[in-house]
Amino acid sequence: MEITRRRMLVLLPAAAVAWRFVVAGTPEAAPNYKMTEHWWAMLIDIPKCIGCGSCVRACAEENEVPEGYFRTWIERYHVAGWKIERPEVESPNGGKDGFPPHADDGGKNFFVPKLCNHCADSPCTQVCPVGATFVTPDGVVLIDKSYCLGCRYCVQACPYGCRFINPRTNTAEKCSLCYHRITKGLTTACCEVCPTGARQLADLKNTKDPIHEYLRTHTVQVLKPHMATGAKVFYNGMDGSVR
Amino acid sequence: MYPNEVELQWSVLIVLYPFITGLVAGAFILASLERVFRVEEVKPTYRLALLTALAFLLVAPLPLQLHLGHPERSFEMYLTPHRSSAMAMFGFVYLWYLMAVLLLEIWLDYRREIVELSQTASGWKRLIYRVLTLGSNNVSERSLRIDDRLGYFITLIGIPSAFLLHGYVGFIFGSVKANPWWSSPLMPIVFVFSAMVSGISAVMLLYMLTTRLRRQSIDMRCLDTIARYLLYTFVIDFSLEMLDLLQRIYEADESFRSLDFMVHTRLWVSHVIVQILLGTIIPIALLGLIQVLRLSDVARKRLYVLSGCLTMVGIFAMRWNVVIGGQLFSKSFLGYTTYKMAFATREGLLTAIALMILPFIILWVLVKLLPPWPQAASQPDPSTASADGIG
Amino acid sequence: MFKDIEHLVRLVFVFAIGLATFVILRAAVVPKSFGQYGHYRGAAIGEIASRPVAFAGHDTCEACHSDVVDQKKLGKHVVVPCEACHGALAKHADDPSSVQPAKLDTFVLCSRCHEANAAKPKGFPQVVTADHSGGIACDTCHQPHHPKIETEKSSTAKIETGEKR
Repeated sequence: MEITRRRMLVLLPAAAVAWRFVVAGTPEAAPNYKMTEHWWAMLIDIPKCIGCGSCVRACAEENEVPEGYFRTWIERYHVAGWKIERPEVESPNGGKDGFPPHADDGGKNFFVPKLCNHCADSPCTQVCPVGATFVTPDGVVLIDKSYCLGCRYCVQACPYGCRFINPRTNTAEKCSLCYHRITKGLTTACCEVCPTGARQLADLKNTKDPIHEYLRTHTVQVLKPHMATGAKVFYNGMDGSVR
Repeated sequence: MYPNEVELQWSVLIVLYPFITGLVAGAFILASLERVFRVEEVKPTYRLALLTALAFLLVAPLPLQLHLGHPERSFEMYLTPHRSSAMAMFGFVYLWYLMAVLLLEIWLDYRREIVELSQTASGWKRLIYRVLTLGSNNVSERSLRIDDRLGYFITLIGIPSAFLLHGYVGFIFGSVKANPWWSSPLMPIVFVFSAMVSGISAVMLLYMLTTRLRRQSIDMRCLDTIARYLLYTFVIDFSLEMLDLLQRIYEADESFRSLDFMVHTRLWVSHVIVQILLGTIIPIALLGLIQVLRLSDVARKRLYVLSGCLTMVGIFAMRWNVVIGGQLFSKSFLGYTTYKMAFATREGLLTAIALMILPFIILWVLVKLLPPWPQAASQPDPSTASADGIG
Repeated sequence: MFKDIEHLVRLVFVFAIGLATFVILRAAVVPKSFGQYGHYRGAAIGEIASRPVAFAGHDTCEACHSDVVDQKKLGKHVVVPCEACHGALAKHADDPSSVQPAKLDTFVLCSRCHEANAAKPKGFPQVVTADHSGGIACDTCHQPHHPKIETEKSSTAKIETGEKR
């Protein structure tokens, strides 16, 4: 809760400045945004996630994601006893409509939101044959829709399954960390609508960002660390069964 | 299953592609057996092998183009190749192999006939030959000797180039750390050896077929030698694949249970029955048997045809199992999907069949233009080659 | 001597022409901003950044709807952003009179967060709606901006007039 209020105080003046551009109908990147001053990441607090699916719906609306494809999604885990290596996982329509009621079965149950990890050593960027996907100077992995060939090599190379081919454009697509929002001082659509503050945008170069203290005081993990991708989505309270 | 994984990314066309480049590399290696390693026995297949390689190499980019979301942007791979991407660098390997190795070698080997035909042929054929001479009609002894030495040198660098061509495809898969079915340092090597197996098999079958159609007698010494090399290569290929399999089973890492289940269920027919049993063990057994028993020419020919066909099917199955198999299981190791192969679409079965037939049509044209067999008195021939004489 | 390698010289010439054509073509066709920041089209960053925004952000909503803000401040939903329930409303913020937010079906909406599910955090308020309300609209009893139902005795906070849908 604390973090959320502090966030509001930080974002309010920035949003007010950037909002002028949105209202004017010409939302170019706000001129005071310098890429080299930021290194974007995200913090996901698993104990706070209630699996409501607001983030999935908001992302789909903000980014015009086609039905059946997901830039972000939620998985529900069920771990019986000590069987950490064999969880049961479901993700009905990516969690877009929330999850069906589920009674307590004595096991461990929790939700895990997932999205592109915006890897610092991104394997998808490594394999793109033409440079259509790339890591920006501020740490966001983006896709240049007008340059992508649709060869699908990047989809194969991503260990997290966060990429897909948009059937309308026949190009690769994935979470862009709402680049068009964060460069204007707004937060991502998924973080914006999260009712419990389970998802929070973070700027690792901003010394005042609460994530620095958070990383120091909490047990955090990234997905598939053995892949050494330099993933920048940090999960607090993530169970060992999460794949 | 991650929600975006339900749909397969690489279709049957991407299965076809390594199969085709494999045939190219394999056919070329067979040709180089004579040119560089002086295996005289296989000389009758030398030119046929080169033309086969060319026919398949010309078709190789087509499945890739048809599969791309934006084929009109494919030239970007040559304009702004991303040096860290194996796929981008492959574009140049392909170009190198086509231009600097295969086309050059064929041109040098055929130059005398090309110059001759540019003067004796008629109609549009004459124009083609004249263009191919590049305006030079010099076929003196000295120039032909230079051609021969240069050709030898090109074949010499052609061998590692052929390995690079197809090994690269193996690397494109083998370097994807996200996919445990693909990620392996053995992948390029397995691909190269299975390429050689399929290429040698293809040339062997084509040689038998074309000789039959020309109503000539098959050179059994040639055929037996090819079959022997096929056997040796096959044994190495099989050993490598079994090594990979055994190590996987023994180490049983995180991915193993998921992959094991997949092989036992979804890939049972294509992997165990078709690739291993029908496509590898039986051909090796037959070819091995021929080395041990004394069989008649007829019996040997029949067994060669059988082994050759089974081999081709088996190597295709291997490509299928690698490409499609690698996409049937989830990267979360929890879940599987199915491949729904369309029929009459851009990436469907019909397209794949058409793409497999096309190289033979091209080969037919090439054989007509650049006959691989010595010309003698013409004789009515209903199909393929226009040349006759002793094969 | 030269005569015997003339064909090779011609070949080299053909290759050279091919190479030159490629180089010229490349210079003409490769996008100007390519390589500006790395191996990609630098202009793509600006193109992506200038996409239109669909969610206004709760700060924007609060600028006009301060009455709702005050209500929310009294209860647990103070941390729930406006558009989490009301959907993307940048268009409405842009032109409030002509773009109206859609009416919400509270049963569907509230259940998404509050329907009991073993995977939800234990401390999070959740009910089995079939037992709790029998499926009627949640705002029949609850005021979404201040959802806690105050009994007469414990009512100390000022609940603003009206506001019930």
